[in-house]
Amino acid sequence: MAAPMQSADGTALVAARRRIGYRAPVSATLDPRGTADLVLHSDHSAGARQRLAMRDARDGLALWRLGMTLGWFDIRLRYRGSVLGPFWLTLSTGVMIGALGVLYSQLFKMELHDYLPFLALSLVLWNVLGSVVTDACGSFQQAEGMIRSQRMPFTLYAIRVITRNLLVLAHNVPVILVVYAAFNVWPGLAAVAAVPGLLLWMVDGLAACLLLGAVCARFRDIPPIVGSVMQIAFFISPVIWKPELLKGPQAALLPLNPFYTLLEVVRAPLLGQAADAQVWLSALGYSVLLCGVSWALFARVRGRLAFWV
Amino acid sequence: MATIDVEGVDVSFPIYHGNSRSLKRTVFAAASKRLQQDGRHRIVVQALRDVSLHLRTGDRLGLIGGNGAGKTTLLRTLAGIYEPVVGSVHVHGNIGALLDPNLGMNPELTGRENIALRGLYSGLPRAAIRRLEDDVQEFAELAEFLDLPVRFYSSGMVIRLGFALATAIRPQVLLMDEWFLAGDAAFMERARGRLEDMVRGAEILVLSSHSVPVILDWSTRVIWLDQGRIMADGPPQEVMDRYHGVAAPEANPEISLVDQSTSA
Repeated sequence: MAAPMQSADGTALVAARRRIGYRAPVSATLDPRGTADLVLHSDHSAGARQRLAMRDARDGLALWRLGMTLGWFDIRLRYRGSVLGPFWLTLSTGVMIGALGVLYSQLFKMELHDYLPFLALSLVLWNVLGSVVTDACGSFQQAEGMIRSQRMPFTLYAIRVITRNLLVLAHNVPVILVVYAAFNVWPGLAAVAAVPGLLLWMVDGLAACLLLGAVCARFRDIPPIVGSVMQIAFFISPVIWKPELLKGPQAALLPLNPFYTLLEVVRAPLLGQAADAQVWLSALGYSVLLCGVSWALFARVRGRLAFWV
Repeated sequence: MATIDVEGVDVSFPIYHGNSRSLKRTVFAAASKRLQQDGRHRIVVQALRDVSLHLRTGDRLGLIGGNGAGKTTLLRTLAGIYEPVVGSVHVHGNIGALLDPNLGMNPELTGRENIALRGLYSGLPRAAIRRLEDDVQEFAELAEFLDLPVRFYSSGMVIRLGFALATAIRPQVLLMDEWFLAGDAAFMERARGRLEDMVRGAEILVLSSHSVPVILDWSTRVIWLDQGRIMADGPPQEVMDRYHGVAAPEANPEISLVDQSTSA
């Protein structure tokens, strides 16, 4: 729209450019995403905050391609220069499961046909849950440079963390398949029921990133606290032990453990069982709670995040 | 038509130094009445105070002021990175902010990957990213280095890549920190045409610099910031004279300090 300012010595400029071999960039027409209005008022009403948070989420989801690329680069960079690359993930999980298999069968003389597929799947899935939660703590701090150099939706960094963890999961899938094949146990069609569970994980993961990312940017003591909570959760949840071990009143309390029910909505279908309604109810209830708290906090502090990181 | 309207903006940085940032401090502060008052005594740096400005298509604004005057904070506020505590910011038109010399480049990634990322950050479609790559490759002359991680580049190469990337995407509102004009002479000669193209293409330019020639060269209006306040706003030469009158009064004996305070 703006008429380019014509300098009096326009011809001299052209000549000078020719001399130094200057050419107009071919991308002179590159247009960054349409005209967007930036409107920021010091209106700290809940409605204004909600609108800005909503716009953040919308813009962030629209940039999913960037978020996924960032997540993918994170994995690539972690293993750049190594021969196996991200397949180190596959290998290390494989070695661990194999070692546990030998340990349990030789030392404890256990019947592995049921237990090892359960253990392999549980460990891989728990690994995802645990690392999403610990990664979520750094979702904004990790992106400090970008946050300070350009306005970007914060949701973008949550997408990056989730992508990164889904990629790790994808690299561990072959280990599960090998274990299933070795014992010839296949979940069959029931496995399809894991899809809604995984979707729930992704939604919860995004919520956890926004919540923990913001809290940890402000309070630097939170990440170690989260780390120890996750460690305790690993032992008190039926990850390496089967939920059937609990009998009577303790078993009734089990669905109150959000880590268990969230794990179970994905794990049960992959073991050929269906997660029961109580488990789903609990998983959904905790998810709604997590998303609600996360959104309320995110909307409240979003404008301050750039100052905190 | 690009516009920038800034009305009575205050931006302050909370400094969560040492202990006051920690959870322990906050929890204890909440538990004890006496400490709560300590907890409330947050140190806040007022980076911008009651800043108002209005820019329209064709405006080239230079920001001048010493270190810590709030130039970069103002640029970041215009870019929407810092949200104002008081006042309002309204920018119409897409914004290009060249604030960070590395522009968020990741030194571990290859040049090509950094180009792709930049394209995605700017929301370019796939085809446009390919054009961006060609354009940057041609200007930056990195040849096969484009496929090596940026940390193996010489500093000259990094500047060329950063510059080519930054100037390949044309925003309507261009916010520029001074580092950008601080390349070595040989490079600047080659870069100048490209930079001029981008600046001319931008409808509004806001440039922050310490350097008087740079400001006089590029701007049609200058704002002098000091400690987050606008000290003077007007035609470049006029504001520069007053800025120098204060910065080096002995050099301009004809401007008295009394005049400064009454007219500011």
